[in-house]
Amino acid sequence: MSHHILEIEHLRHVYPDGTRALNDVSLRITHGESVAIIGANGAGKSTLLSHLNGYLLPSSGAIRIGHLAVGKGTLSEVRRTVGMVFHDPDDQLFMPTVYEDVAFGPSNLGITGSDLERCVTDALKRVDAAHLSRKAPYHLSAGEKRRVAIATVLSMSPDILVMDEPTNGLDPFARRQLIGLLKEFRHSKVITSHDLDMVLEVCERTVVLSGGEVRADGATVEIFRDEALLRECRLEKPLSMQGCPVCANGGK
Amino acid sequence: MASINQALLDLKRLDQLAAGGTVLHRLDPRAKVLATLVFIVSVVSFGRYELSALIPFLFFPAFLIALGQLPAGYLVAKAALVCPLAVAVGMFNPFFDRSVLMQLGPLDITGGWISFASIVLRTALTVGAALTLTALTGFPAICRALERLGMPRAFAMQLLFLYRYLFVLSEEVGRASRARELRSFGRNGDGLKSYASLLGHLLLRTWQRAERMHMAMLARGFSGVLPGREGSRFGAPEFAFLFFWSALCVTLRLNNAPQLLGALVTGQLP
Repeated sequence: MSHHILEIEHLRHVYPDGTRALNDVSLRITHGESVAIIGANGAGKSTLLSHLNGYLLPSSGAIRIGHLAVGKGTLSEVRRTVGMVFHDPDDQLFMPTVYEDVAFGPSNLGITGSDLERCVTDALKRVDAAHLSRKAPYHLSAGEKRRVAIATVLSMSPDILVMDEPTNGLDPFARRQLIGLLKEFRHSKVITSHDLDMVLEVCERTVVLSGGEVRADGATVEIFRDEALLRECRLEKPLSMQGCPVCANGGK
Repeated sequence: MASINQALLDLKRLDQLAAGGTVLHRLDPRAKVLATLVFIVSVVSFGRYELSALIPFLFFPAFLIALGQLPAGYLVAKAALVCPLAVAVGMFNPFFDRSVLMQLGPLDITGGWISFASIVLRTALTVGAALTLTALTGFPAICRALERLGMPRAFAMQLLFLYRYLFVLSEEVGRASRARELRSFGRNGDGLKSYASLLGHLLLRTWQRAERMHMAMLARGFSGVLPGREGSRFGAPEFAFLFFWSALCVTLRLNNAPQLLGALVTGQLP
C-alpha cells in the first residue's frame, strides 16, 4: 500500500526564536522499514518527530504520508496513520484508567460499543498489559507505563509507529521485553534513541542527524562501523560492537 | 517532603478502596453524589448552637462505611486531619460568647463552647461524608457524575486532569524540594528566594507538560470532548437509595431526634 510510504522533502524548521532546528532534511521511508534516527542532544530529532504527525508544520519543504501531504487540512487522517509514542509516558496517559486511555484514540475516531472494547483489549493484549486495564496510570511501573503508552497508539491501528526514546528509563528486563515487542510489529517504524544497542537490534536502517542536517543514512551496521562519523556527530559505537574491556585485559 | 508523599500514598489507597465490589460501590455515582449533597446541606444549615440534633447524622457515614466494607479507622484518621482547621475557626468562640446556655450539674456550659463543638462536629460530618463518598465511588467517577448532573464539561475535565496530574506534580515538587534541602545543609538556603525560583520553575515545567499533553491528545484525534465511559443506569436501587437518605436527612433536619427520643423516654418513664 502506498499509504505506508513516508516522504520528507527539503524540510526546514525555524523556531519563533530564530533557532534553525532542521535544515534541508530529505528522507524516504518505505513500507515495513524500521528506521532509527540518532544524533546528539539538540540535533533536531524531536523537532523532526513533531513534524511527522503535524504537530509542527514545516517552515519550508514538505512531508507526505502515502499520497497525503501533511498540512492543516489533512491532520486528522495523518494522525490516525502515524501513531506517536511520546518520550514521557506520563504526558501520554492522561485518562483516569488504563482502559479509558487506550480507548481515547479509537473513540475519537468514532468507534463505540463492542468494537471499541475489542479494539482496546486487543491492543492491551499485544503489549502484555491486559491485566492492567482497570488500574490508574499513576499506579503503574515505568515499564508498564511504556507498554500501555504503546497500546494507546496501537488501538488506533496506525500504519506507521513513531517512538521517541522508547527504552529510556527502563530496567534491563523491561527493556528486553520492549525490544521483543518492537521486533514483532510489522508496522513501519521510526525510532529516535540514544540506546544504540537497541537500535542495532530493532532497526535495519539508521539516519544520523547533526546540527539539523542528515549526516548519514544507510544500513545500521555500516553506520555503526564508521567510527570517524560517529565521533564527529558526538556518538559512539554501541557497546555490543565494542571489544569487551574485561576480556581485552585478560579477564582482570 | 515525606509528609506529602505519605498523603499521596493515602490518596492512592482511597482510589483502591473505590475499586471494591459491594452493593454501594455498584450504585450509580449520581445517586451517591446527590445523597451526599443533601446530607451536607442538611448538616451545614443547622443553627450555630445546635449540637444534639447533629448526632443522628453520624448514622449516614457510619452506615456507608459498614455496608461498603471500608476501613473506618483510616477514614476517621483522614477526617481528623482536617479537624485542626475547624478547631482554629471555632477556637475563640468560648472566649467571646460567655452566655450560659446549659447547666450540667455544677458545670456552666456557655454558648461559645456549644458553638465550638458544633463547628467541629459539622466539619467532621461533612468531611467524613465526602471522604466516604470518594472511597465508595472514586474521584474520576464523581467528576463524571457531576458532569452528567449538569456541571459544565470544562470543569469536569479540569477536575479530572487536576487529579491525574496531582501525582506527577507533587512528585516533581518532592524531588525539587529534596534537591534544595540536600544542598542547603540545614540552613535556610536562600530562604524564600530559592523557593520563589523553585516555584517559578515548576510553573514553567507544568506549562511545558501541558503543551506535550495537548500534543498527545491531538495526536489521538482529540476534538474537545473527552469520551466518557458508557454511563450506568439510574434505576430503582438508585432512586430508593437517594429517596431514603434524602428523606432521612430532611426529617432529621426538621426534627430534633434526640430530643424527641428523650421526651418519649421521659414521658413514658416519669
